Amino acid sequence: MSHQLLISTLILSPLIGFLINGLRYKRHSANVAGGVATAAAAISFLSAILIFMELLAMPKEGRQIAVNFFEWMTVASLKINMGFLVDPLNVIMILIITGVGSLIHLFSVSYMHHDEGAAKYFAYLNLFLFNMLVLVLGDNLLVMFVGWEGVGLCSYLLIGFWFKDSDKAAAGMKAFVTNRVGDAAFLLGMFLLFVSFGTLNFQEINNMVPADPTFSWLSPLTLGTLFLFIGATGKSAQIPLYVWLPDAMAGPTPVSALIHAATMVTAGVYMIIRLNPLFLHTPNTMLVIAIIGGLTAVMAASIGLTQWDIKKVLAYSTVSQLGYMFLAVGVGAFTAGLFHLMTHAFFKALMFLGSGSVIHAMHEEQDIRKMGGLKKHMPITHFTFLIGWLAIIGMPPFSGFFSKDEILWLSFHSPLGHPALWALGAVGAVMTAFYMTRLMALTFWGKSRVPQDVHPHESPALMTIPLIVLAILSAFAGWLGVPHVIGAALGHLPNILAEFLSLNIKPIPNLAEANVTTEIILMSVSVGFALISAALAYHMYVRNPELPGKFTEKVKGLHNFVYNKYFVDEAYEGSIIQPLVQTSKSIWFYVDVNFIDKATYWISDIIKGGGSLVRSLQNGNLQTYAMYVAIGLVMTLTFILVR
Amino acid sequence: MLNTDIFTQIGLNHYLFLSAILFVIGMAGVLLRRNAIVLLMSIELMLNAVNISFVAFSKYSGKMEGQIMVFFVMTIAAAEAAVGLALAVTIFKRFREVNIRFFEHLKG
Repeated sequence: MSHQLLISTLILSPLIGFLINGLRYKRHSANVAGGVATAAAAISFLSAILIFMELLAMPKEGRQIAVNFFEWMTVASLKINMGFLVDPLNVIMILIITGVGSLIHLFSVSYMHHDEGAAKYFAYLNLFLFNMLVLVLGDNLLVMFVGWEGVGLCSYLLIGFWFKDSDKAAAGMKAFVTNRVGDAAFLLGMFLLFVSFGTLNFQEINNMVPADPTFSWLSPLTLGTLFLFIGATGKSAQIPLYVWLPDAMAGPTPVSALIHAATMVTAGVYMIIRLNPLFLHTPNTMLVIAIIGGLTAVMAASIGLTQWDIKKVLAYSTVSQLGYMFLAVGVGAFTAGLFHLMTHAFFKALMFLGSGSVIHAMHEEQDIRKMGGLKKHMPITHFTFLIGWLAIIGMPPFSGFFSKDEILWLSFHSPLGHPALWALGAVGAVMTAFYMTRLMALTFWGKSRVPQDVHPHESPALMTIPLIVLAILSAFAGWLGVPHVIGAALGHLPNILAEFLSLNIKPIPNLAEANVTTEIILMSVSVGFALISAALAYHMYVRNPELPGKFTEKVKGLHNFVYNKYFVDEAYEGSIIQPLVQTSKSIWFYVDVNFIDKATYWISDIIKGGGSLVRSLQNGNLQTYAMYVAIGLVMTLTFILVR
Repeated sequence: MLNTDIFTQIGLNHYLFLSAILFVIGMAGVLLRRNAIVLLMSIELMLNAVNISFVAFSKYSGKMEGQIMVFFVMTIAAAEAAVGLALAVTIFKRFREVNIRFFEHLKG
């Protein structure tokens, strides 16, 4: 099959699914709509696999497929092609997107079974896949931006899917508006890059990046990459624009799994990895990225310690894990960032779907205080969730261990890193172990606190199969990127991922030879503390369930501060939103109502009054007209004679 | 013996005064009377008042154009009277009266 056809199938299949379901959006049957949508996603996944095989069959240096569909626009020196490029970097992305996407579509068939808007839901889901594929495959920034905006739109539509609940509709709007702030910065970054390079094509930009790094804060490239990063903080929920992601949990749970955990929120990370030579050229930006990533990882994890809503805990966990990815790319560990992106996509999608299964079983209850002891009712969900838990807390040899450890090690070891960054990451890892164990304990273990009238039951096979597949991936995907030190210890296991990506990713400059002892010590420290923290959480929430209450009683002020998310939403509300609303209101009142409206009213009043005055002259009476003529005659004569 | 003195004493101004008086009478008729026939007659009066001044100017300036113009005016006046009377007759047939206000019914 020709490459053009393969890529068309990959991208257009979800679009066709969207059109089919979109045109029959009023139908209720989740089976038909879900069948169509899942088939569309599965076809897309098959094409992705075929593309992956093609790529593997190519010689290592020439592994890329470029397809140019048409010339989109030409304005002066700006020339944009609707071009797509597949290379080792984004082939991994499309495998994750379509693979995890297909599983989530399958899960949704059962999850959305009772929903009236099933066809609409699946249409949006397919549209999302289409846009996400455009985002990762576009060979220039503008095509990427099209997908970037498209996924934002789908995210908005799906968060506010149950828009009759005004809170959920508001959450959708919050996500959209917050993303727009980032998108504006993304556009500015794009302008600066275009001014500097005269092109928006990724490959051309990456080839044109000067060899020596620039240390000026005000150079157009530093500013450009900073703006792009601000765009990424919007899409990927980093400080300061992370506030939308926890609220985005208002959407259906599979949506949270697909969009707000596995794929869309990683777009910012992907964008930075895609432009990695450019970002390596601007160490100042890299420093900002690493600090923001580390801080986000810790802050979101600390909020996650206190939340009671199962999805909110997972949401803050997602923000925190995204922080790790940014920490990784910020210290130049792009491979580790992508590796963590991949493992996180598996285990977080697994946990979100698992939480969906729990919520489904609990009749839409999301408060973990009303759960507990679900292990015996939902064995499969519990077991798969358990694997996700082991992966996220970084337990060897599950996938999260490899990727998180690679990030922590490089944040310490890379010339762009710093021990403080490692400390941030390690503290985040300890907190992650605590809140995830807490979540497991409160949901699945201990005594049941389920209300009398709720009878939890295991979910149907359509929901458990995706869980099992994702659990397998979460357990074993880590072996794709075995860190050097472990690989050496186990008999020269290669880091498959790093070798596969070597064409796309520039190595960290001036990276010193790894000190095996240090690496192993650091690894043991972070894993050890995570284990202690997990054991502590187990002790507090399973053995002595009255302990956490006593503890929070002691540090009430601090607990309230964290429980209320550091009052960041309130601070934004007071410092940005309210002033903006007030200013807009006064501008509306003084400029719009009192000036522009009034001015137009004056004009229309004058014309209207003039019209009625003149209309009274034309009354249809012949003699009146004759009178006018006579008066005119007299006046003319008077004028002539008197003059 | 006819005293031609009086004729020689009549100058351009006299004709013009006569013309003006007749014109004003005609105009007053047009403005004030309600009967369509009288209206037409008044218009006729105004036209002929103008004719008088044409002829007077023609005589005193020795040029023929004024008198030629009078023929035109008379022709048009005849045509106008024909049309006007036809309208008046139709109005009369319908309303048994030729009051000018009935002409308002001609509005579309």
